[in-house]
Amino acid sequence: MAWQTLTRPLRRHPVRPPDSGIARRKSIWERIHLDPWLLGFLVVLMAGGLLVLYSASGQRIESVIAQAMRFGFAIVVMVFLAQLSPTTFLRWAPFAYGVGVAMLLAVEIVGDIGMGAKRWLEIPGVIRFQPSEMMKLAVPLMVAAYLNRCQLPPRIKDIVICAIIIGLPVVLTAIQPDLGTSLLVASAAVIVVLLAGLSWHLIAFVIALLSACVPLLWMNMHNYQRQRVLTFLDPESDPLGSGWNIIQSTTAIGSGGLWGKGWLEGTQSQLEFLPERHTDFIIAVLGEEFGLVGMLVLLALYLMIVGRGIWLAASSQDTFGRLFAGSIILTFFIYVFVNVGMVSGILPVVGVPLPLVSYGGTSSVTLLAGFGILMSIHAHRRLLPR
Amino acid sequence: MSQRRDTLKNSEQELHIFRVRALLAVLVVIALTSLLVGRLAYLQIVQHEIYTTRSEKNRVRVEPLPPNRGLIYDRNGVLLAENRPTYNLTLVRERVDNLEDTLALLVELLELPEEDIEAFNVRSRQRQRPFQPALLMSDLSEEQIARLAVNRHRLPGVEVEAQLLRYYPDAEVMAHTLGYVGRINAEELQTLDAGRYAGTHFIGKTGVERFYEEELHGQAGLRKVETNARGRVLRELGRTDPVPGENLVLTIDKSLQTLAYELMDGRRGSIVAIVPATGEILAMVSTPGFDSNQFVTGIDVASYRALQEDLDLPLFNRSIRGHYPPGSTIKPFLALAGLAEGVITPDSTINDPGYYQLPNDSRRYRNWLRWGHGRVDLERSLAVSNNTYYYTLAHDLGIDKLHERMSGFGFGQRVAHDVQGESSGLMPSREWKRERFNQPWYPGETLSVGIGQGYWQVTPLQLASATAALANRGHWVKPRLALEIGDEPVPHDLPNTLDDIHIENDAWWDRVFSGMEKVISGSEGTARRTGVGLEYRMGGKSGTAQVFSLGQDQRYNADELEERLRDHALFMAFAPIEDPQIAVSVIVENAGGGSTHAAHLARAMTDAWLLKDEAPNADDIKEVLEVDTANVEGD
Repeated sequence: MAWQTLTRPLRRHPVRPPDSGIARRKSIWERIHLDPWLLGFLVVLMAGGLLVLYSASGQRIESVIAQAMRFGFAIVVMVFLAQLSPTTFLRWAPFAYGVGVAMLLAVEIVGDIGMGAKRWLEIPGVIRFQPSEMMKLAVPLMVAAYLNRCQLPPRIKDIVICAIIIGLPVVLTAIQPDLGTSLLVASAAVIVVLLAGLSWHLIAFVIALLSACVPLLWMNMHNYQRQRVLTFLDPESDPLGSGWNIIQSTTAIGSGGLWGKGWLEGTQSQLEFLPERHTDFIIAVLGEEFGLVGMLVLLALYLMIVGRGIWLAASSQDTFGRLFAGSIILTFFIYVFVNVGMVSGILPVVGVPLPLVSYGGTSSVTLLAGFGILMSIHAHRRLLPR
Repeated sequence: MSQRRDTLKNSEQELHIFRVRALLAVLVVIALTSLLVGRLAYLQIVQHEIYTTRSEKNRVRVEPLPPNRGLIYDRNGVLLAENRPTYNLTLVRERVDNLEDTLALLVELLELPEEDIEAFNVRSRQRQRPFQPALLMSDLSEEQIARLAVNRHRLPGVEVEAQLLRYYPDAEVMAHTLGYVGRINAEELQTLDAGRYAGTHFIGKTGVERFYEEELHGQAGLRKVETNARGRVLRELGRTDPVPGENLVLTIDKSLQTLAYELMDGRRGSIVAIVPATGEILAMVSTPGFDSNQFVTGIDVASYRALQEDLDLPLFNRSIRGHYPPGSTIKPFLALAGLAEGVITPDSTINDPGYYQLPNDSRRYRNWLRWGHGRVDLERSLAVSNNTYYYTLAHDLGIDKLHERMSGFGFGQRVAHDVQGESSGLMPSREWKRERFNQPWYPGETLSVGIGQGYWQVTPLQLASATAALANRGHWVKPRLALEIGDEPVPHDLPNTLDDIHIENDAWWDRVFSGMEKVISGSEGTARRTGVGLEYRMGGKSGTAQVFSLGQDQRYNADELEERLRDHALFMAFAPIEDPQIAVSVIVENAGGGSTHAAHLARAMTDAWLLKDEAPNADDIKEVLEVDTANVEGD
């Protein structure tokens, strides 16, 4: 098939014959293709997230149970994906990418309008989802798969092809319009190219070019998007309208102090001053009720996940695995940074949930699916000579 | 083999590139995380207190608890000013599902014109924070409340709120004396104690409501409550109860006040009645009155203009601000001044040829009876209201002594203890004229003053209080309106009371009283018709005042011109002479020759007060008036 020609077989590495007697015995974790450290950190994070969610949802146990069930489903997806061989992902990458682009086009033509943007694709009564969410994985997967068959560092021709692969879905997402998701999709894919060894000259050139494009971007933004940026620059200019969110979230975090007001004791959160408190702004609840200490613990947990993820990526044996794993884990960090940055008032408000803590199913499934592939890449290593 | 080596070399190189890039990525991650940590530390440590204050301000709301305004009663406990619950319509935009439909439904239910939808829409935005109720409409009718209650389920976010509003049951009768409250305006807001008036929307504007504002208002309380973002009160954190305003018992007798109002029968004028011994004002009526309740909720422009442009000046408080030449009503006071200064004795007489002439002056100052009263002594001078006697007396006294003595009776100054907006009237003097006109005082002017004309102007309240001092044989009491403030009686000895009036021989008072009695009961008395069937001894004095115009730029039509050019009728009286219980002054504008008209009203007042239930009512008096005023005699 055509898409198979895009890929080439994984490079084989010399493997010590099994009869050499030095081969380690596979541990239980290796046999079920999971990384115990990463899994452990993720579970702790999700458990902590449920705790905060209970408070943020106004102590509604139903929300916590619903979220836990989503987590359960996401873990199942993760475990399932971890069992597949990285080769499978490599082979299916073009297919997933093609389907994703097709669905984005479909959204553009028949999609549901929600919140002033066409984002949703719905088969009535069956399923309703955002194709752009799937592209968060499919695009970097495709780029990694493409670069896997190139000589690295990539040559100009490869970079142009990558730019086309990235550009098409990103533009389709941006015109929905969903600037936040399109930027996240773009960054996930661009990270792949960066990790592949994009030359520093080119990086500098692109940054310069993008800076030059800022006014152009501004002119093409929707009013509500511009409003968000303006509000970010000066929230007090519209304290009851668009500035309300950021004023209330910084107030919640700031009033938490070092130790916080205590679980379920945050007045900003419990008295509903904080908007979106169980979704995008949930970290403000943590900041208010558990203080700086709680925030540091959460950030430490995220850092451990990122650190472990980068270690797993670096110890991957082939280019595809490294690039994709590295992209997944760095994108994960970008989510964390953008969300915390936005809620604490150093970034404009964009709709990015806090990974595995914010209430919501789609992003959890996407994230854990990514981690599933990461674990698959790690667990399907061949044993190398010491 | 070589291809395999290439691949391996490539592989190693790629791994190297990745590791360098991954290391860089880790550094970036650490840098960005440090940025976040720095930001969080800044918010949570450095600016912690600022944000704590902010979050407290969010959560804790201080709600003022306005005090209930004190009630006002008359001397018998009849309610004159009360607080009536009224209902306001409020709306919380955030709780409304569909604003357009809701407003349309409201307008339909309340039977309001369609245009009000837009007005409601505008008003619903007038608030300080989300979820705060906005006032759509005040003073809903019973029926409107009922309609809203029935349709409550269709109107989420719409509430009916209760508020106490001042109400005057006898607004027209009491309007000037009681005054009224109105919405606090921007000017008043600047001078008011914000804490005391937190949550209060109304303030006394005129009359008793204004004078006793401090006592009536009370002290606002506070309530600290925890609210959620929707403004819903979750619990009370602390509370200071408001101190309600003090109730006021007035000296006014509502039935006497009402009688006075009815006696005026729509004419312009004023009646003031005082208890001589205590200064208690029993009745103080200025007519026409107006509906002071209109001013509480805010009078509409058209009605206000109608009141302002009314030729009868209903908003003008004649009792305390109307300036009238006293005419002959001041003759008893002048007689006392003459006695005190030794210018006359009770038995000294003059011969009245019908006029008086100053030495070396050919001008004749005329008595009202052209051919004169012949020989006139003190008592007769009062009974027949002889002018020549008082020209002589005034000339002999001189303006300086006259001014000094009349000031002793309270003329030309504010006399009352607690009457808001009282005018001082005008008691002319040499100094006053020099200052006002830069002219010397002419002897002829003294003669005019001697019969209560010229520059001399009194208010009805001044005339009544001077009459009370006279009835008290010179003992001065300050007229007052408050009998009890918050169950505490107002003390009798009020500060800044005028000195008592002394004359050499106490029996001379009786000679003056006798003259005044003859005004009503004597065969020659100017008000002898009024004395018919009198059951007690009453002293009085009639007066006629030449008209002065109340408003310079009013348009008169021919009929009105004639009516409004007629003289004012005045009368002052007290009774019973041996133990005065009531002193009255009556002024009826443009009633013509004063004695009859005003005297009948004065007697109706004393009758009502002294005889209680046996007194004739206002309708009886009207009949008597119709007969007697057809046969007017000058004074």
